[in-house]
Amino acid sequence: MMSDMGQVFGHWNVYLVIFLMMLGFYTLIARGNMVKKMVGLNVFQTSVFILYISMGKIDNSTAPILTDNPLAIYANPLPHVLILTAIVVGVATTALGYALIIRIYENFGTIEDHELVDFMEDEENTL
Amino acid sequence: MHDDPVVRIVAKVLIPSIMLFAFYVQFHGDFGPGGGFQAGVIFASAFILHAIIFGLNRTRHVWAFRPNLAVLCVGVLLYGGTGILGMLGGGNFLNYNVLGDTPQAGQHLGILLVELGVGMSVAASMVMLFFAFAGRATHNRFLSSKERNDE
Amino acid sequence: MIGDLLINVGAVSLLAIFAFWILRTRYLVGVVVVSGAFSLTAAALFVVLDAVDVAFTEAAVGAGIATVLGLATLTFVPHFEKPHRFKGAALGISWFPALLAVATGLLLTLAVSDLPRFGSADAPIHNHVAPHYINESPNEIGIPNIVTAILASYRGYDTLGEVIVIFTAALAVLVLLVGRTRSRRDKQRKGRRQ
Repeated sequence: MMSDMGQVFGHWNVYLVIFLMMLGFYTLIARGNMVKKMVGLNVFQTSVFILYISMGKIDNSTAPILTDNPLAIYANPLPHVLILTAIVVGVATTALGYALIIRIYENFGTIEDHELVDFMEDEENTL
Repeated sequence: MHDDPVVRIVAKVLIPSIMLFAFYVQFHGDFGPGGGFQAGVIFASAFILHAIIFGLNRTRHVWAFRPNLAVLCVGVLLYGGTGILGMLGGGNFLNYNVLGDTPQAGQHLGILLVELGVGMSVAASMVMLFFAFAGRATHNRFLSSKERNDE
Repeated sequence: MIGDLLINVGAVSLLAIFAFWILRTRYLVGVVVVSGAFSLTAAALFVVLDAVDVAFTEAAVGAGIATVLGLATLTFVPHFEKPHRFKGAALGISWFPALLAVATGLLLTLAVSDLPRFGSADAPIHNHVAPHYINESPNEIGIPNIVTAILASYRGYDTLGEVIVIFTAALAVLVLLVGRTRSRRDKQRKGRRQ
């Protein structure tokens, strides 16, 4: 019974991660506002993190910090390391994206995709 | 916001505690959750809080731009340097076994140095990111007033 | 065990609500703040999934710094997203991106059936290098936190690259934002004055 619940809920977890991922993906490609695109990218990114961390979990495991209990089951520490560094790199790239957004706004006076496209088409026509 | 005495005094109590907690996270990272990445971000958040409460100019006075850049570079160099140190001791790049008398002691020293390098460069880069974003606002205000004088 | 699963499913569902909210609202300050809440909830989820270090980092970096930087950005740019209808958009949904997202989601869902059961100890991921890290790191490294041992020692080369990425990003932001920068508007203004 317990393992059946685990089967259903375990995959339910991954299904929800896919749903989250696709929400982030949709926000990224369907919205024209660049700040919103960045936030959508963050949602996408965080759901990938959750997928990785879910894979490292073992039933009844504890955090991978050694204890005196010789029977302790530790969660897999490898995905934790990968994601730990990915989070910090993620914020670095997010900061770079925001900096580019600020410069784009200063140059073109808009951060909407379609207005930028219009602007560039106008410029091509005048040249 | 800087005129509110409650906010100012709470900030004065909080900022040293945040820094102390950052050091705890940094050096306790071997035994519990934590390490250079987290400690660096927490340390940077102390400066960000200071800048939000007291204004960016006063924060720049406390912690100027150039030493921040220096810490950023020294952090990366400390990490790379620890790797080179392992090579000088006869091991591979980033092999800490040769740093101490026993392999374990070497590993302890290597991890300490490397985490310190990570902490320094992450803290400095986060402070620098905030300075860059917040400084842009004050810089532009300066520019626009200057341009107003031109016209 | 069941409690863990309930918290797990509840937190992921909360995340889905936040993500949906981010998608629907046009007020960008709200979007950035809710993305902070999203990160914080993800951090809570990481604690349930036994990744304490990751939770710590996500709470400090994702919910803290990223939100601060997003709000700092919003001091420069407009606070509202302009409504815009893409070609073929109807009922507030852009159909081509929606189709793309749904198709990708379906493909991923098909792949889920190949995944090992959540929490099973005999999944491939637990039988490769992880047992070595867990069993040998007390002798080889001698520090209790295995994550730190892997981060700084076993995969030190990885982390070095990581630090260099952060260094480079900080320098790139410096180049983009600090000091006097020329902009297209300045040039146009100058051109008009002449």
